[in-house]
Amino acid sequence: MDIRKVEERFFECLMVASTVVILLTLCLIVGTIAVRGLPAMNLAMITQTPKGGFYLGKEGGILNAIIGSLYLASGAVVIAALLSLPVVLYLNVYAKKRSRLAALTRFSLDVLWGVPSIVYGAFGFTVMLLMGLRASLLGGIITVALLILPIMARAIDESVRMVPEHILEASYALGATRFETAFTVVVRQSLPGILTAILIAFGRGIGDAASVIFTTGFTDSIPYSLFRPAATLPLAIFFQLGAPIAEVKERGYASAFVLTVIILVISIASRLISRKLTKHVVR
Amino acid sequence: METHSHLQVRDLNVFYGKQHALKNITVDIPNRSTTAIIGPSGCGKTTLLKSFNRLIDSVEGVRFSGSVLVDGEDILDPKAEVTHIRKKMGLLSQRPSPLPMSIYDNVAYGPRMHGLRKKKELDEIVEHYLKEASLWDVVKDRLHSPASRLSIGEQQRLCLARGLAVKPQIILGDEPTSALDPMSSQRIEKHFSELKRQYTVIIVTHILRQAKRLADYVIFLYLGELIEAGPAQELFDNPKEDLTKDYVRGVIS
Repeated sequence: MDIRKVEERFFECLMVASTVVILLTLCLIVGTIAVRGLPAMNLAMITQTPKGGFYLGKEGGILNAIIGSLYLASGAVVIAALLSLPVVLYLNVYAKKRSRLAALTRFSLDVLWGVPSIVYGAFGFTVMLLMGLRASLLGGIITVALLILPIMARAIDESVRMVPEHILEASYALGATRFETAFTVVVRQSLPGILTAILIAFGRGIGDAASVIFTTGFTDSIPYSLFRPAATLPLAIFFQLGAPIAEVKERGYASAFVLTVIILVISIASRLISRKLTKHVVR
Repeated sequence: METHSHLQVRDLNVFYGKQHALKNITVDIPNRSTTAIIGPSGCGKTTLLKSFNRLIDSVEGVRFSGSVLVDGEDILDPKAEVTHIRKKMGLLSQRPSPLPMSIYDNVAYGPRMHGLRKKKELDEIVEHYLKEASLWDVVKDRLHSPASRLSIGEQQRLCLARGLAVKPQIILGDEPTSALDPMSSQRIEKHFSELKRQYTVIIVTHILRQAKRLADYVIFLYLGELIEAGPAQELFDNPKEDLTKDYVRGVIS
């Protein structure tokens, strides 16, 4: 047989194999969590706080951690978005194309992206100690905001960079200022990318344990104040899986299942919303 | 449209980095007529056009000297109000560039930005200028659908309506038909030939026949220099310069 055809077949098989590995990994993860977690899953898990004492208890649920995580991730996403959108618009609309400051900013964001989350946790904790604060929901929100800021900013940046130059020119030619162009034209054109970036950042924020372990703490009650510790799902899973009691361990898988479902629901919802919001995008 | 806008270019030099893109251009653009800027590719046609509304500002490493006077005001003065200058000119670019919003919002974009908020007035403006661009009948039932769903030719007419809606005195066309099919080109050309009654029209084109059809006045550029400028008839029938002669006859292109 022709050697080029063999080559073609070989690499095609390789690519298909890689794809299958990725899909299988996802299925296995979801499968494992479902198989091990579903038996411990019940309505109480998502409607009650932990009961029954020792190690988060065998009774009740993880409502404290669900609410805590949603508060934490939402707060962090809002703060990160408020910071990253101006940065990205500055880099793309205001700064010159070959500006050193822009290059430095992008580089810094890339470096920050690579900093492990435990380092953010330690940093946040140190700052909080210096300021005389203790573990609290607010501390966690700020720390997680810093953690997801580079991810969100760079993801938004990549989509804003794709806005064609001629669209900007059209807006300028009509007498628009750069501010008007940035917030009407650029934001609208890159809305799908912005929403995806926010979603990725949310997923990263809600799933991270290391950054919240010192800064947010843990509690059995539903968070009611920004200045009190709050429970989070990743930590709940961590404690439950680390427990020496079989029933509690199983509940850890159920918690992981809840976390996965939350991320899945938000992914799907945001995709539906973005389809609605993006019909005006110029392709 | 009572004001007499007069566009005068004096000793205009434009550099892109080390490249000298326009050399000592001095020319007066006649009012309420169509001026065509012609010349081979890369001769500085678009640069000249874009210096009229300072869109060259966004080009990296650009420097300019000399002056472009609009109603006696030097728009190349660093202190000049750019948004105000641009409002006086409508630009139609090579490829239609609808903004990522609805048809209605595209036309209303300029007026809104310049302070108009009343819905009734905006409705009137949108209808008026869409009619002006003979697009109203096509889009009146789907004003709120995305502008990007229109055909390329319709998009260009939308851009025309959008440009006219800021009530400019000068219309700039940067090869506005080059991306269009023959039918759409014809329609845009027809609009341009009517526009000169109300506006001062300046059009860049590399199509000699189009220049002959549309222009009252012609500017011929070659390698960044203004070789010859004059009434269209004269320049096409009796070019003074040899380079113009060669270009008009198609010897150089």
